[in-house]
Amino acid sequence: MNTASDRTTSTAGTPGGLTHLDALEAEAVHIIREVAAEFERPVLLFSGGKDSIVMLHLALKAFAPAPVPFGLLHVDTGHNFPEVLEFRDRTVAAHGLRLDVAGVQEFIDDGRLAERPDGTRNPLQTLPLLAAITANRFDAVFGGGRRDEEKARAKERVFSLRDEFGQWDPRRQRPELWHLYNGRHRPGEHVRVFPLSNWTELDVWQYIGHQHIELPSIYFAHSREVFVRGGMWLAPGDWGGPRAGEPLEVRTVRYRTVGDMSCTGAVESTAGDVAEVIEEIAASRITERGASRADDRMSEAAMEDRKREGYF
Amino acid sequence: MATLVRTAPAPPATQVSALLRLATAGSVDDGKSTLVGRLLYDTKSVLADQYEAVRQTSRDRGLAEADLALLTDGLRSEREQGITIDVAYRYFATPRRRFILADTPGHVQYTRNMVTGASTAQLAVVLVDARKGLTEQTRRHTAIAALLRVPRVLLAVNKMDLIEFDKDRFQEIEEDFSEYAASLGVLQAAALPVSALRGDNVVAASPDLGWFEGPTLLEYLETVPVSSVSEPTAGRFPVQYVIRRQNRGRTEAVEDYRGYAGTLASGSFAIGDEVVVLPSGQRSRISGIDLLGRPVDQARAGQAATLMLADDLDVSRGDLIAPADQAPVPTQDVAATVCHLSEGPLRVGDRVLLKHTTRTVKAVVRGLTHRLDVTEGIPAAGSVDARADSDAVGATGTGTDADAATGPEALHANDIGRVVLRTASPVLIEPYAADRETGSFLLINPDSGDTLTAGMAGDPLGVFS
Repeated sequence: MNTASDRTTSTAGTPGGLTHLDALEAEAVHIIREVAAEFERPVLLFSGGKDSIVMLHLALKAFAPAPVPFGLLHVDTGHNFPEVLEFRDRTVAAHGLRLDVAGVQEFIDDGRLAERPDGTRNPLQTLPLLAAITANRFDAVFGGGRRDEEKARAKERVFSLRDEFGQWDPRRQRPELWHLYNGRHRPGEHVRVFPLSNWTELDVWQYIGHQHIELPSIYFAHSREVFVRGGMWLAPGDWGGPRAGEPLEVRTVRYRTVGDMSCTGAVESTAGDVAEVIEEIAASRITERGASRADDRMSEAAMEDRKREGYF
Repeated sequence: MATLVRTAPAPPATQVSALLRLATAGSVDDGKSTLVGRLLYDTKSVLADQYEAVRQTSRDRGLAEADLALLTDGLRSEREQGITIDVAYRYFATPRRRFILADTPGHVQYTRNMVTGASTAQLAVVLVDARKGLTEQTRRHTAIAALLRVPRVLLAVNKMDLIEFDKDRFQEIEEDFSEYAASLGVLQAAALPVSALRGDNVVAASPDLGWFEGPTLLEYLETVPVSSVSEPTAGRFPVQYVIRRQNRGRTEAVEDYRGYAGTLASGSFAIGDEVVVLPSGQRSRISGIDLLGRPVDQARAGQAATLMLADDLDVSRGDLIAPADQAPVPTQDVAATVCHLSEGPLRVGDRVLLKHTTRTVKAVVRGLTHRLDVTEGIPAAGSVDARADSDAVGATGTGTDADAATGPEALHANDIGRVVLRTASPVLIEPYAADRETGSFLLINPDSGDTLTAGMAGDPLGVFS
């Protein structure tokens, strides 16, 4: 990595120890292999976002030269960025993977879910996710969540037990010691597994650079029509923006996270490649979620509440 | 013997690792949350939106300045009760190192949380209030770090501003700590004066502590050696998963592949090494090593690797690959020091699952021989009651049911005690004091799946001999 920013940790190798990226990679691979060995029906949540792309990259390496012994699941809000969906499908085809898609739109169409007044579909993903887990009898679900993302996530286990309603109870979580992960669960329960628990946003980007991992184009600076809502740059689309009084303008932007278009904001940026993104993040004074996720701004405990209900 | 390191000498660049895992312990009163908040804030790991949220909450509570302790407040249930209920992980980085900090609460009932946080830590930072000096809690935290074989323990003597930065008082506390740490067999102990609230000697040196010649807390964290202090250990490779690729049924021809995937628990392996697969005892030679798809000549501790053997053996998950001349002895009898984690008690006769490296076996609790009173820390060698004299259990030796006659009836949550287990099939367990990876295990309730107990084979503190 050729960035000289003061928040960037050196990745120079040391004879005695592993670099921080090597150590994080080995830990994540260990976790992924534990799941493949101890569970019957694991699945990897894959949105086409950078964290899930890194997770898939780690899974491909963990079992090389054999294929990944589990499939992918995407919860599609129906308002995803077209560039990301295209990337998702191309990746699945390139590696000969199996992809299940759970669609929020389907649930809205048949009345099982109702559109929210604010048009945001992120909180609506929980029900289709749980339905897909039940229907496919998935017993382990890999998620790309990181503990540095948010306060409620800081206390999340690597193996996070969910009851038959998919609920997370912070007081019922099992202590996790050494590298011994307890994945035992009763019928109907499942375990969410977070191999990137100990990674930060910067680690993810450094790893993407180090491994030359391809990402959807919207992670890099591009010219786009956007409008302001709730202090964020949102992109117009079928999801319902902009409204009257929300003028469109063309800006040079990129996305720090990719999610539902209705609540994922773009950041103004000229970072055109991984090295420039790393420099930008290292110098950034705003967290990833603070910069680009409207749903986490709703209340101080927004994430904690959604997690309890079975969100990612 | 503990060596008190006052000035942490800057190690040669080759020894600086890029990742340090540390655990912090101390109570709210000692200012631990403030210290962790200060570290995050002063290393610029707290970003503007997080800081703004803290400033807002501080204002709402009528505080004049931002309360940095709020940065580490997690769940709403904790905020409501004003306590920390669990281990929280924090991440920060400087140009020299990346840090993973396990922040553990200091209440008596949360011994298990510190055990959890310390289990992966390479350094424990224990906080004391300079006005109070070493308290029961300090002793307990230091003892737990010693029990978990955290290689280094740093005492952060906080609130130095409240004792007028008194050098003599600091040295008194430092000497008490040094003596206590040495009695527990802590491998490396050190002490630093700080004021978390004012930021003295946390990230920047303080003019009020001009007499202190050692490093700031952050300098210490950036330069302390990460490697374990003990001698290099023999290679240990618990087989995690068998990777197979077969030509059969494929359209294009590929070579058959059979490799044993896992993470090296300790030591290293190289192509050509003579090895034994345990518990079966079959011998072979390493014919190839892959590091995540890339062929290499050698793999070392901490790496996720795939080993290939020269002979076609029956090897599966839970087996251990070890050097033929330095192999552990399979055993079904395990004596261990444990910390009970679960709300329900652990009793003699309980049938449990024992999870050790990648192997999970049925086991029964044959004996509970001691419960240690840790309110004042774990007793030093030789100070355990007379029952210890009749306890002839070795590191992985045999226990007898007679032990149960004199021991406690049960272990409850947060109890630290001594158990003797019998497993249904052999395990390749080694003394925890020699190897944290191959000496640690969990006991699991076979019905609920709950994690019951954290175990450390043998007698890591040497208190029972």
